[in-house]
Amino acid sequence: MKSFKLFSTLWTALLVIANPAHADEISIAVAANFTAPMQAIAADFEKGSGHKLALSFGSTGKFYAQIKNGAPFELLLAADDETPARLIKEGNAVANSQFTYAIGKLVLWSAKPGLVDDKGSVLKRADISHIAYCNPKLAPYGAAAVEAMKSLALFESLQAKLVEGENITQAHQFVVSGNAEIGFIALSQVYKNGKVNEGSLWIVPSQLYSPIRQDVVILDKGKSHAAAAELAKYLKSDKAKAVIRSYGYEL
Amino acid sequence: MSLIADDWSAISLSLQLATLTILLLLLIGTPIAWWLARTRSRWKGAVGAVVALPIVLPPTVLGFYLLITLGPNGPIGNLTQSLGLGLLPFTFPGLVIASVCYSLPFVVQPVQNAFEAIGDAPLEAAATLRAGPWDRFFFVALPLARPGLITGTILGFAHTIGEFGMVLMIGGNIPDKTRVVSMQIYNHVEAFEYAQAHTLAGGLLVFSFCVLWALYSLGAGRKIWK
Repeated sequence: MKSFKLFSTLWTALLVIANPAHADEISIAVAANFTAPMQAIAADFEKGSGHKLALSFGSTGKFYAQIKNGAPFELLLAADDETPARLIKEGNAVANSQFTYAIGKLVLWSAKPGLVDDKGSVLKRADISHIAYCNPKLAPYGAAAVEAMKSLALFESLQAKLVEGENITQAHQFVVSGNAEIGFIALSQVYKNGKVNEGSLWIVPSQLYSPIRQDVVILDKGKSHAAAAELAKYLKSDKAKAVIRSYGYEL
Repeated sequence: MSLIADDWSAISLSLQLATLTILLLLLIGTPIAWWLARTRSRWKGAVGAVVALPIVLPPTVLGFYLLITLGPNGPIGNLTQSLGLGLLPFTFPGLVIASVCYSLPFVVQPVQNAFEAIGDAPLEAAATLRAGPWDRFFFVALPLARPGLITGTILGFAHTIGEFGMVLMIGGNIPDKTRVVSMQIYNHVEAFEYAQAHTLAGGLLVFSFCVLWALYSLGAGRKIWK
C-alpha cells in the first residue's frame, strides 16, 4: 500500500513536469530545403512563446504518405503548394489554413569556387561527368531542375550525367563530397546572410521553371493545439520573414 | 498488376549484383574465415570485429563513409583516379564493392564456424599422410566446411538482394546501372504507385521466405550435405 502511494505521488509529479500549464509541445514536418531557416525560426519562436517544437525534416512526398497514415504532425511546411491543397481536399488538414511562407530559388551549384559561371554554360562542358539533382517525382526542386534543363533544351543531352538524390539534402551531399561536380539544389542550402557560403553558383533564372511556392498548412491533429496556429501566424511576422529572406527565399 | 520494363531491369540488376558480390565474397571471405578460425594472433579479435561491423552499423552509415572514401577527395577515390579507373560512386562496380563490404560478415561467419568445427584432428591426420598446407586446405578443410560455405553463399546472396540504405547513399538511382529492386520499390512507394510497389515487394517477400526456408531445411538435414 505504501509503495502504491509512493508510486502515485511520483506519477503525479511526472505528469506535472511533463505538462507545464501554458507551454505546448507540437511536432512539425518541414521540407528538407527549409532545414536551416526553420531551425533559426524555431529557436526564436520557442524563446518568445515558451512552446516546444519537435522538428522533422524530409521530402514532402514522404510526409504526405506518413500524414495519410496517421503520423503525429500538427503542422506541415511543404516544399510545394500542391501537397497542402491535397491534404485539405482529402480532409487531413484545416481548410483556409494554407498560405505561402516562402518561394524557393533553384541554383546550379559546385563546391569548387569558380567552376559554375553566371550563365550556367558549365552544363555544356564535356569534362563534367555527374550532375546531381533530386527525384522529380518526389521533390519540387527536382521537378524544377528538369523543367529548367528542358527550357534550356539540354535535358536529353544531359540525361546520362544525371544522378538522383532521394531529396534535396542528398543532392547537396553528392556535390559536397565531390562525387558530382555540379548539382541543382535550393539556394537556401548554400546561402546565408546575403551571401554564398562556399563554392560557386548560378541562380537559375526564374522564367526557366515554374515558381516553387512553399506552403504551410495546419494538419488535423493541430486543430486542438493553440501552438500550431501561433507558429503559423509567427511565420507571417516581419521577424520570421527577415530570417526567411536571409536564406535566399523570395516572399 | 504486371511489371513494367523498369521493374524488370531493376530485378535483373539486383540478380547480377548479388551474383557478382557472392562470387567475390567467396574468394575474399573464405581466406579471411580460414585465418580467423586457425590463428592465435592477438589481432584476431580486432579483425573479427571489423568483419562484423556491417551487422551492427546502419547501412546509411556505411554508405556515407563509402561516399566519402570513394569520392574524389577520399583515399580510395584518389587511388582509382590515379589508376585511370575514374570514380566509383554512381556506377555498378561501385555498388559491387559496397555490397562486398556490406555482406562480408554473412559469408565469413558461417564459413569460419564451419572451419572451427573441423578441429585439428583431420588436418593433423592429413599432415601425417604428407599433405602440404595447400592440400590440407583444398582437399580436407574446404570439403568438410561445405555446410558453412552453402549457408554463407545463400545468406550473402539474399542479404545483397535486400540491401537498400547503402544503394540509396552511393547509387544515384540511375536506371540500368544502380537502380536495384529495393530502390525501385522505394520509388514506387514514394510516388504513391502502391499497386506496383506491392507486386515487387510481394515478390521480394516470397523470395526471401523461400531462401530462408531452404536454409533452415538444410540446417535440419545437414548430414545430406556432408
